[in-house]
Amino acid sequence: MCDQTFVAITFGPCDNCAKTKPLMNIYLNNEVINYCSLCVELMACQGLEKGETVAKLKKETEALKVKLEVERNKLHDTELHKLAEKVEAVGQLNIRARRVLKGHANKVLCMDWCTDKRRLVSSSQDGKLIVWDAFTTNKEHAVSMPSTWVMACAYSPSGCAVAAGGLDNKCSVYPLSLDKNENLAAKRKPVAMHTNYVSHCTFTNSDLQVLTSSGDGTCALWDVESAQLLQSFHSHTADVLSLDMGPSETSNTFVSGGCDKKAKLWDMRSGQNVQSFETHESDVNCVKFYPNGDAFATASDDATCRFFDLRADREVAVFSKDSVMFGASSVDFSLSGRLLFAGYNDYTINIWDVLKAERVSILFGHDNRVSTVRVSPDGSAFCSASWDNTLRVWA
Amino acid sequence: MSGASNLVAMKKIVQQLRFEASINRVKVSQAAADLQQFCMQNALQDPLLTGVSSSTNPFRPQKVCSFL
Repeated sequence: MCDQTFVAITFGPCDNCAKTKPLMNIYLNNEVINYCSLCVELMACQGLEKGETVAKLKKETEALKVKLEVERNKLHDTELHKLAEKVEAVGQLNIRARRVLKGHANKVLCMDWCTDKRRLVSSSQDGKLIVWDAFTTNKEHAVSMPSTWVMACAYSPSGCAVAAGGLDNKCSVYPLSLDKNENLAAKRKPVAMHTNYVSHCTFTNSDLQVLTSSGDGTCALWDVESAQLLQSFHSHTADVLSLDMGPSETSNTFVSGGCDKKAKLWDMRSGQNVQSFETHESDVNCVKFYPNGDAFATASDDATCRFFDLRADREVAVFSKDSVMFGASSVDFSLSGRLLFAGYNDYTINIWDVLKAERVSILFGHDNRVSTVRVSPDGSAFCSASWDNTLRVWA
Repeated sequence: MSGASNLVAMKKIVQQLRFEASINRVKVSQAAADLQQFCMQNALQDPLLTGVSSSTNPFRPQKVCSFL
C-alpha cells in the first residue's frame, strides 16, 4: 500500500525542450522526469533505427507471418495418415482398469510415475500429495501441502524426491525417506517462485533442476539446491498450462502450451523460443513429446488433440471426431508412439492411432473429468487421475 | 509509457518472426516417413500395443494354477 504523497507537476516547463506545456510524469531509473508528450515520443523513437515507424513494424509483422505460412506450406506435400494407409490397423486392444487407487479426499489433479515403473505420486485439490505403490495399491507416503489445488507434481529421476506446486505460486521439493514416521512436510524446500499459480512442473534429467510453468505466462528453470532462477522463458501471452521436456537424456529443449492457444518449443540454454505453433482453437491443456523427440502432441479445450512435427514445423494430424465434444485435458504416447491416450472432460479416455488419426478404443470407468493421463516408464501400463478422487491403472 | 513499450514489444515480435521464418524445414513426406518408421521399429517392444501375457505384465491378474 502506498502511504506517501508525491507532488506531481502536470503543467509547466518541460525538462527537455523548456516549453511550457502539459507534462507527462515518467520515471526513468527511479528518477522522476517531466517531459512534454512530444519529447517523450521523441525519446521513445530513439530506440528505432532510421526510417522505422510503428506502422512499418506492423506491416513487417504481417508480412513475416504470411511468409512463415508460405514457407511451411511449401513443404506440405502429403498427410501423415495418407502415408500410413498401407500400415495395418491396430488390433483389438485388451486394456482394462486393473487397479483403482482410492484415498484422496478431493479431485486428483496430477500424477507422475517413478522411474522404477511401480511407484507413482499424485496430488489433489485437498492439498495432499500421496505416493502409491501401484502393484499393491498401498500408500507409501502422504504429505500435506500448505495450500490447496496442487496442480502439479513430479517424481525425481532418482526416485528420492517429489516436487509439487499449485495455487501457492511456488513449486516445492520434498525429499522422500524410507522412514515411515518421518514428517515429510517439515522437510519441504521451496524452489520456484512465480507471480501466479504453478500449472506444471518437472525435473530435468537430474534431481538438481526443476522446470516449471505458471499462470503468469512464463516458464522457468530453477536450481534445486540454491532455489535460484537459472533461466526464464517469456513469449506466451497468457497462462502457460503445461510443459514437457525432450525425451532424450541429452536434450535441452522443451515444449509448452498455454491459454493463448499456442504451443512453443524452447531452447533451455538460451531461453529462446525456437518454434511456435498456433492451430488450436482454444486453450492448450497439455503437451507431450513423441518418444523419438521429433514431434509432439497437444490436448485442447477445443475437443481435439493435434500432432505437430518439429522438423516439418507444422501440424501433421488432428485427432477429432464429431461425437467428441468435450475438451481434452491430457495426452500421453505409448512406448512406440503408435497409440495416443487422451483424457477428456466427458469422463472418458480415448485411444487414438497416431499414424492413421483414427480412434481405436474408448475407455470408461471414471465418474468425473480425467485430469491427467501418464504412461509408465516401461510402457506396460498407464495411469489416469480424475476429479472423481481416484486414480486408475490400465493395462 | 505505452508508446515506448509498444515499440519495444513490436520489435521483439518482428525479431522472433524473422528467426522463426529462417529455420530449416523438412518435407512432410520425409518427416511422416520417419515417424512411421519409428513406430514400426518399436511396435514389438510396446506392451500396450501388442498386449503382453499375464505372466510378464505385473498389472494383469495372474492365472490361477490348479493341480489336477
